[in-house]
Amino acid sequence: MGLEYVRISPGFEKYMPKDYVDLVQFGPFGKQIDVQQLGQFKELVEEHPMCAGCFMAYFVRIFYASLPNPEDTIVIGTAGCARLALSQAAVPFIYGNYGDTNAVASGLKRALSIRFPDKVKDVVVIAGDGGLIDIGFGMTMHSWFRREKFTTIMVDNEVYGNTGGQESGMSPKGVQLKMAPKGKQFDKINAVELAKTAGCVYVAKLAPTNPKRIAKTVKRAILAARHFGPTFIHAYTSCNIEYSIPTEKVLEDARKREKQDFGFYEWMTDEVKEFFEEIERQKEEVKA
Amino acid sequence: MPEQKVVDADYLLLEAPRERKFITGAQAMAEAVKRANVDVAIAYPITPQSEVMHLVGDIWAQGYLKDYYRAEEEYGAMSAIAGAVRGGARAFSATSGPGLLRGLEAIASWPGHRIPAVLGVLTRVVNAPLSIQPDNVEIAYLLHSGIIVLHAENQQDVFDFTLASFVISEMVDVYIPIAVCTEGFFVTHAKGYVNMTPEDMKLPPRDPYKAPVPPTDCEIPPARIQRDAPVQKSNFMSYLIHAVWQQEVWASNIRSMKYIYKYLGGPIEVVNPDAEVFVVASGCAAAQGREAVRYAQLEGLNVGLVKVKSIRPFPEKEIRQVLSKAKAVIVPEHNIIGWLAKEVKAAIPDNDKVIGGPRVYGGMTLPVELIMEKIYESLGIKKEKKVVV
Repeated sequence: MGLEYVRISPGFEKYMPKDYVDLVQFGPFGKQIDVQQLGQFKELVEEHPMCAGCFMAYFVRIFYASLPNPEDTIVIGTAGCARLALSQAAVPFIYGNYGDTNAVASGLKRALSIRFPDKVKDVVVIAGDGGLIDIGFGMTMHSWFRREKFTTIMVDNEVYGNTGGQESGMSPKGVQLKMAPKGKQFDKINAVELAKTAGCVYVAKLAPTNPKRIAKTVKRAILAARHFGPTFIHAYTSCNIEYSIPTEKVLEDARKREKQDFGFYEWMTDEVKEFFEEIERQKEEVKA
Repeated sequence: MPEQKVVDADYLLLEAPRERKFITGAQAMAEAVKRANVDVAIAYPITPQSEVMHLVGDIWAQGYLKDYYRAEEEYGAMSAIAGAVRGGARAFSATSGPGLLRGLEAIASWPGHRIPAVLGVLTRVVNAPLSIQPDNVEIAYLLHSGIIVLHAENQQDVFDFTLASFVISEMVDVYIPIAVCTEGFFVTHAKGYVNMTPEDMKLPPRDPYKAPVPPTDCEIPPARIQRDAPVQKSNFMSYLIHAVWQQEVWASNIRSMKYIYKYLGGPIEVVNPDAEVFVVASGCAAAQGREAVRYAQLEGLNVGLVKVKSIRPFPEKEIRQVLSKAKAVIVPEHNIIGWLAKEVKAAIPDNDKVIGGPRVYGGMTLPVELIMEKIYESLGIKKEKKVVV
């Protein structure tokens, strides 16, 4: 149905909240928005209670501006910081139990495929390092092994931010955090390699320093999942509170990490590569 | 696979012709699923549940279901059920003992998420020490989750309760999940006669728009849909919404009672309503209670049976009424804690007449003689311990 479901029934325009009317008139539904147009359209997420200077909030904002098909997208999250913003976006959002995202997404995507075999229905999981790689590890991995066709995005702040700053499997070795009073004893988990091994068809790693690149990566991950199989993006989204990064230094920190261990990385299967090359070719033809 | 025609739910459950088959409880559950127009079933192995989900897998392979897979574990299976039901599908799973406990966080959230799914619970011991035998202590863990809990006595109940549960759980004024429980092995692996509806008839498909909450499928307005976690709005909203939502879940649970009357003939079955002493039992224990009533009759004792089919909603009013004139109430159970005895005691005013027990656990059988002993005790009859034939 897509666009139909955001449209306001005739006669009801004046009774609907202004926010909703604006969303229908000036939002990204049914349009191909470029992330560089941010500020010129009504965004899917505007208000959120995340901390000042939070880079995860910034990433989430760019994510919503990058959806290839916002009117037919469902986002699934779990306990953690990201859901504070995800739950307030104008895209259906499911919040289940901690760590269950990839199992819920598996059931949901299968149900939607049964009910709407000829329609595009994108399912995207956005969850933190704790939700995906600690408590939800088994379900994350098995959704990949089973080749479930949805996108998983890990917003990695290297800590349990929402519960007060505890160590996670994605915290770097040696970092002193709550529940790691002597410093973390083992290495940051290599999620990207796990994703490749487990059967993801498109895997990317990035620090959100370049909005255009984030948008392209998100679009690619969603399109590849739609047609081929599981996809994964590992995004560094620092916690400026628990890691004591001054607000004005958040971008600087991301750039530093980009040079160290979060340099842009993109991997895909040959099949997916051909698919994107074909899309690029078609774009060139249209231009010509 | 025969071509199945969709028939009206009332017709299928109440009027359709029935054919008598001699099958196991596991088969009875799978046969009900076959006639329920189920979209998705998600399985995870555990003894003794596995047989049910093997058979459901077989009927998927035959084309009766649209999707089926073996999940990574029960928490994953039950979470995926939630996802599938939110997506508008009709879904089924089954589990047992420790598996139920592993999936319990997800299962306990289904009512609040308004997930009308059907879950088979084929009871077994909850560890430790390890045992795989039937013991229904796990049902106690479901009693406060908001889920509707039915307890089947035999293979016929398993078929009837399972098929009706798909209809009851999807009623607009119910819309919460139903657990169909029965004793593992005693019922799942043993054969009994089951009168079944025709194989070529099935329930109408689920209509996810006939619902108190919309499915998450981007098909119906409004665009901003979030059914969960009000905590991010504000603490005040969080208290308020959570409180109201819980009230609604439990009200839904109670509202299912009229459908339990309509489709299952009521939440209790009473044998010999004018009895002096009643055996109140559910599941397999009810079958033994039924035998005790027969033994008692042979001995000229006035003993009756109250079989409790619905544990949630609990038929307080009905039980209170039947037991009002009883001299003694005996509650035999297949667990050590006596959850049914506690329910009965809480439902009646003169509860000092309730004898909690006999109880067997760890998978032991429940000999009728144990129930007879309690009957003699309640009637002041002194007997030498011997086997009654």
